[in-house]
Amino acid sequence: MSEQLQELAEHLALKKPDLISGHSVTLGELTLEAVASDIPALVEFLKADQTARFASLVDITAIDYPGDERRFCVVYHFLSMYRNQRVRVKTYVREDEIVPSIVGIHPSANWFEREVFDMFGILFSGHPDLRRILTDYGFRGYPLRKDFPTTGYTEVRYDEVQKRVVYEPVSLTQEYRQFDFMSPWEGAEYVLPGDEKGEAK
Amino acid sequence: MMDGDLTNPRGFEDALTGEQKIRNFNINFGPQHPAAHGVLRLVLELDGEIVERCDPHIGLLHRGTEKLMESRTYLQNLPYLDRLDYVAPMNQEHAWCLAIERLTGTVVPRRASLIRVLFCEIGRILSHILNVTTQAMDVGALTPPLWGFEEREKLMVFYERACGARLHAAYFRPGGVHQDLTPELLADIDAWCDDFPRVMDDIDGLLTENRIFKQRNVDIAVVSEQEVMDWGFSGVMARGSGLAWDLRRAQPYECYDEFDFLIPTGNNGDCYDRYLVRMEEMRQSLRIMKQAIAKLNEPEGQGDILARGKLTPPKRGDMKTSMESLIHHFKLYTEGFHVPAGEVYAAVEAPKGEFGVYMVSDGSNKPYRAKLRAPGYLHLQAMDHIARGHQLADVAAIIGTLDVVFGEIDR
Repeated sequence: MSEQLQELAEHLALKKPDLISGHSVTLGELTLEAVASDIPALVEFLKADQTARFASLVDITAIDYPGDERRFCVVYHFLSMYRNQRVRVKTYVREDEIVPSIVGIHPSANWFEREVFDMFGILFSGHPDLRRILTDYGFRGYPLRKDFPTTGYTEVRYDEVQKRVVYEPVSLTQEYRQFDFMSPWEGAEYVLPGDEKGEAK
Repeated sequence: MMDGDLTNPRGFEDALTGEQKIRNFNINFGPQHPAAHGVLRLVLELDGEIVERCDPHIGLLHRGTEKLMESRTYLQNLPYLDRLDYVAPMNQEHAWCLAIERLTGTVVPRRASLIRVLFCEIGRILSHILNVTTQAMDVGALTPPLWGFEEREKLMVFYERACGARLHAAYFRPGGVHQDLTPELLADIDAWCDDFPRVMDDIDGLLTENRIFKQRNVDIAVVSEQEVMDWGFSGVMARGSGLAWDLRRAQPYECYDEFDFLIPTGNNGDCYDRYLVRMEEMRQSLRIMKQAIAKLNEPEGQGDILARGKLTPPKRGDMKTSMESLIHHFKLYTEGFHVPAGEVYAAVEAPKGEFGVYMVSDGSNKPYRAKLRAPGYLHLQAMDHIARGHQLADVAAIIGTLDVVFGEIDR
């Protein structure tokens, strides 16, 4: 399986060296890297190439690496039912960068790109209908970014006086608990409670 | 003379008022419609009774599962998987466990593997019974759901006897399954497998040659092979159109490669074919279950049900005598286990199609990013494409055949 993937990777890299900036096979999975602007051309090639035939899109998602210069990694998964292979395509983009949409090549990319836009705020150029999809009507912020708090910013309740649902800022009776079970002896990055003077030594 | 009729009895052209002009009619289908199978809101644009445009509004059941997962340990995240496709919870857990096991390189003991196969097939039957019978209800038959739910109830009792919960099982664990099955439970499942074909035949007799059922399903929502590719269909939606694509066969996981079963496919790719495929898949699932039970009763099928190691808790007896085991147990359920840095995409053939988990680990005890790929998401996305040109009444049949469950679509 792994050798097959390695062969496939080399074949792809040989045919389109200008589109594929890197490839690797880890844990039996093939990963290609590309520049964001090359994504449509690469996806088109993967779909049309006879040894690949990655005709069905499995998934599009993103990963947030705050602090990195190219903050987001947009990840595409493709499946070839004809060749029984999978491939993952990754591209790293800056926060203000726009990714070209692949809806023209895979119609199924439509909702995936909407979801990535909804969750991360990454814009896709050429998308026919880039609306929010999973979050509430009128929602603000991008929930899956690492700097978005898990509790969110607003909460809703039904107001008996106004006879409608009202939005209010989140008020917690107790701080949201992010448990940190890392051992304090193995490089915890915080001062232990009661050990505030410890650093002074 | 109907309202909006354009022929003018007076024989001369008059300025039409706004109401007289024929315009398309927009309706809201859901979110509280019983045929919407959950909280789906469809904005339908109708020309008479013909659907011109269909815009599904999803997200009404969005719980932010992927965000929550980033702040919990791998084991704490497992029960969230039950709450995705709550019709067949264990199949989702399976994908999560497979992803962790592939990242950590854990080998699951044979008995656990067989138990997983057994319960995945129970999940498939649970899901297909619900889908087939409620789809029949959407097109007008009331009896099938009543009969089907009786069997579902029995299957849920098996769930309960295996893990204590009827619905949200949390039974599959990284490295195996939570606890062993009793011989009595295996015998009862075996007996159920012998009895279930009778119920299948009953439902079959009610629906398969039923005139109304066929009128409502044959040649409705025809999906071609090209559409399967374009819209990323998987599972029954692909097999109904003649593609013999099944991850259990194509990319075998667990020990599916040693089971003898057939993959039914349809010819026409319409709702009726998908109904037939689901019925046949249930029969094939029964075959797999019978084989799994036989293998579980063999001497090779005995043994431990967890790969003892850092991923799994120690035996209760060890904890009474060994300090190391006690510490391990405490650390496992507080800090959790650490997964080596890397990324993996693990997919299983869930009843509704390919369910996948894309997991990115940074080497800590929590996933850095977990993306849940739900089959229903893609199937519902194609709703606009499929429903266009169909009658309003067909929309209910199409939603039924897409097999949507909002737990997994909204996540």
